[in-house]
Order: sequence, then C-alpha cells, then structure tokens
Amino acid sequence: MTSEEIILAIKDIIQTIAPDEDLSELKTDVRLRDQIELDSMDFLDIVMELRKRYGVQVPEEDYKELATLDGCVAYLTPHMQGKTLKVGV
Amino acid sequence: MTNERYDAVVIGAGMSGLAAGIRLAQFDKRVVVLDRHSLWGGLNSFYKRGGRRFDTGLHALTNWVPATEKSTPLPKLLRQLRIPREELQLAEQSHSIVKVGAVSLEFGNGIGRLEASVAHAFPREIDGFRRLVSAIQAHDPFSDVVDASSARVRLGEWLRDPLLIECLIVPVAFYGSAREDEVEWDLFVVLFRSMFLEGLARPMGGIKTLLDALKKRFLDCGGILRMRSGVSRIVRDAHGAACGVQLDDGELLACERVLSSAGRVETQRLCDVPPQPAEVGQLSFCETTSVLSQPTRSLGHTATMVFFSTSEHFAYRRPAGLIDTTSGVVCASDNYAHHEFGEAGIVRVTCLANHAVWSGLDDEAYAAAKTQVAQEMLAAAGRVALDPRPWTSAFDMFTPKTIHRYTGHVNGAVYGSPVKARDGSIGVDKLHLIGTDQGTLGIIGSLLSGVTAANRHILMANQR
Repeated sequence: MTSEEIILAIKDIIQTIAPDEDLSELKTDVRLRDQIELDSMDFLDIVMELRKRYGVQVPEEDYKELATLDGCVAYLTPHMQGKTLKVGV
Repeated sequence: MTNERYDAVVIGAGMSGLAAGIRLAQFDKRVVVLDRHSLWGGLNSFYKRGGRRFDTGLHALTNWVPATEKSTPLPKLLRQLRIPREELQLAEQSHSIVKVGAVSLEFGNGIGRLEASVAHAFPREIDGFRRLVSAIQAHDPFSDVVDASSARVRLGEWLRDPLLIECLIVPVAFYGSAREDEVEWDLFVVLFRSMFLEGLARPMGGIKTLLDALKKRFLDCGGILRMRSGVSRIVRDAHGAACGVQLDDGELLACERVLSSAGRVETQRLCDVPPQPAEVGQLSFCETTSVLSQPTRSLGHTATMVFFSTSEHFAYRRPAGLIDTTSGVVCASDNYAHHEFGEAGIVRVTCLANHAVWSGLDDEAYAAAKTQVAQEMLAAAGRVALDPRPWTSAFDMFTPKTIHRYTGHVNGAVYGSPVKARDGSIGVDKLHLIGTDQGTLGIIGSLLSGVTAANRHILMANQR
C-alpha cells in the first residue's frame, strides 16, 4: 500500500468511528486529536479496525506512533505491504 | 461442553450486557448474551398489559447534551456503539422539581435554571453553589479515582444551609444510590453532572426505542442473543478461573471470559462464593404507573420529574413497613418535548419499600397490600405534584417482589449491592462484573460500564 492509500485507509476508519467529523481538511503533520474530537477510546477503535480490516496488530505501547497521519504512514508502511485498501466497509 | 467456544459469555441482556456485546461483536469476537427472561433490557425494560406498553426503569435518560457537543459521556458512548444519535430520537425534559420540606427548586437541562432557582430560594448560598458547580465541572467524568466519602459532608465545604444540601441529595439518591442514608461523593459528582450540568431526555417511544437500537446493532454485528437462557452456575477451571457457564436446562457453554451483569452477590452465588452480609443491597421500591385519559400538562402539571421529601431530614433507607411515602419520585413520562405523537399522559410514582415485608405476605394479603399502598402513593403524589386517580384509564404497579422476580436482584435491590466493584472484580479470574454493581449509574452509566469492560478486559487485553 502506498502512503496515500494508508492515509485513505486511516481516514476511512476514522470516518467509520466518527461519521460526523469533517476529515477533508486534516493536516498530516498535526496530531489527529488536536484537529478532531478523538480520545483514547477512539484510538482503541482505530487499532481494532486496523486489525479487523488488514490483520495488523498494533501493541498498546505503539499507539503513540499513530498520533498524526504522517506517523501512521511511517509506522504502518511495513505492516501494510501487499495489503489491499478497503474503504466503506 | 459443546464444541463452540466463545470469546465471551455475557450474563444479562440489559444495558451493560448489550453494550459489552456490541463492542465485542463489532470486532469479530464470538460473543453470546444470555438472559433468563423473554424480554431484553433488564432493569430498564417494558411489558405489555391490556394492549398497552409499560416501561420499567426509564424515567429519564441522563447526560443529555446538545447534538453539537462531542466530548461528554452520551456522544462518546454512542460513538463507541456506532449508534447514530438520531436513532434515539431524544426529547428534552420540560423541567423538573426538587421539593424538600417547604422548599422547592427547579432545574432544566444545563445548569442555568437550577442556579437561578438556588439564587432565589437560598440567596445567601448562591456564591458557594457556583463554586460547587465549578468544582464539579473541573472533575473528569471518566476518572477511575474512587472517593467514597460522604456527599453530605463534602457539600458542607461549599454550602452552609443543610436544607439546600438535602435538596441536592434527594434526586441523586433516588437516581442511583445503593447505600442507605448515604451518597458517596464520586457518585454524587457523576450524577450531578449527568442530571444538572447536562440534562434529562427521553427517547421518543420510551425505553423500547433505545433497546431496539441496541439489539439491532448487536445482531447486525454478528452477536448471538439467547433469551430464556438463565445461567445457573459459572464453571471454573482447575485454577479457579471462569471458563464457562451452565444454563438452567443443563447446557454448558465454554468461553474465555465471563462478563456478568447479574449483580455482585448474585454472581458470587453463581460461583459458589458466599456473600458477606454487608454486600447485600437493602434498597427497593414500589412503583405505580397510571395511564391518563389526557396529557399530564393539560391538567396543569408541567414538570417532568418531581423528587420529594416531605421531611427536611430525608430518610433514604429501607422502611420498617411496606412503604415510605414521605419521599419519592413522581414522573410525568409525557412531559417531554415531543408529546405530539399521540401518547397518553403517564404518571409514575416511586417510593422506598421493604422487600422482606412484601415477600412475607401470602397471595391474598399481597394483593390487598398492593391496592392499599397504591392509594397511599397516589395520594402522596397529589400532595407534591399531581394525583392521577381522577383521570386514570389504565393502571399497573410493581413491588420489591416483582423486581426480584424479573431481575434476580436479591431483596429486589434495584441499585444492587452497596459495595461496588469499580474494577469489576469479585476475586474470580476471567470473570468481570458489569452494570449496576460495577458502580455506574443509570442507563448511560450501565452502557458505559459494558463498553469499558469489553474494551479493558477483552479488546485491549488481546492487543497486548
């Protein structure tokens, strides 16, 4: 999966969790929780959806790596190799 | 044991059980929710009598906030369950009243109306009251820190007039204190926030609207709901850890974890752990429901809830006799914002009652006591709010005995054990309490309890 696809994958997961948030203006280098209303329970859901959709395991100590979209790309790139983007599930 | 092994068995298809079930099923866990009864909902359910649906439990949903607010318990909870807020069709209360002795306070959604009412009735206390509100606003509603000190004593830090303190204690106690004559400080803070800073609302159509949304979501996620499937025993392995349940008909279900909303003492019994006397709840209630031939507000009664104590020294304890009508709650279930969908007026009256006295009566005496006590309760409602008798077209009533029969709670103790288990533990590995005896309150609290337990004990545990 490319960096752009990983960002799409994450945004689609966030949209599933928080359907009423507007994600069109999200900056990739600013913490997600500073741009939209996301708490630790929501981060658990992001992680659970990554596992459900892509079989990627993110241990709790690595949650912090997912704080920004850029962070998600850096952390997830090796895990998402060869995976197919699933959106709107 | 059958071949099927569940990731989790959830005992009880009430608010907490369904919420836990949704969280687990949502992430592909194999989960079954079991309930002894044919209707789901637990303490907050409904039944039909004479072709009419009666709600039990629900007087009001707490934690109402405007739809634009995202960071409080209600929106966070709905997000976790992925239930759109619109599905609940929430209607705000009109306003509610607290009456203690000769004094009366009003509150609406948001703190403004209560603050104005305190300023009017207790002008010398208003500065202290505002500081109290600020202190509670600063408190994190999701905090795990337990402060079980006395709310009456703590309120003395801000308020001097014991009557004002009583006015704040009465609604909070009735809304969910399991402890006689006492409200714990952290419980007070959570409920003050839920009722006064946020507010009260009702799903259009009553509790069934919420229960239908929960059930549908659970089944849509692939969860299994089994009604008429009471649990007679929690099965433990050689190390004492929970590893399954046995149903009333003998069927065995194997699982990784058990989440129980049966109550502390009731769950201990399922594990053959003897409960301590202090752990057994004593507080139970009688409740009447009167269906009126016309809307309650057309009779001049516009309040949604009236919490009352005719004495300035509110006695929140098990009465010596059948009933204590010197305090209670009168709820006009139709005094919410959207009454225009044709519901009749409904007045419910709730008072403290003694389970042992009720259950000691033979059938004939029980029926006579119900009739007599109903008249006393309705007359009491007339003194503080509205006596619904002249307009009543249908009537029903439940007693502590009814509560015991339908919830399994020992002593018909609606709010469960006075000893709460915040971490959900009763000392049995792989078994976690959810719901009332995990220490959360009301419908929103119970749902949060189920969500939190599923997250903490199963979803997060699997990530480690």
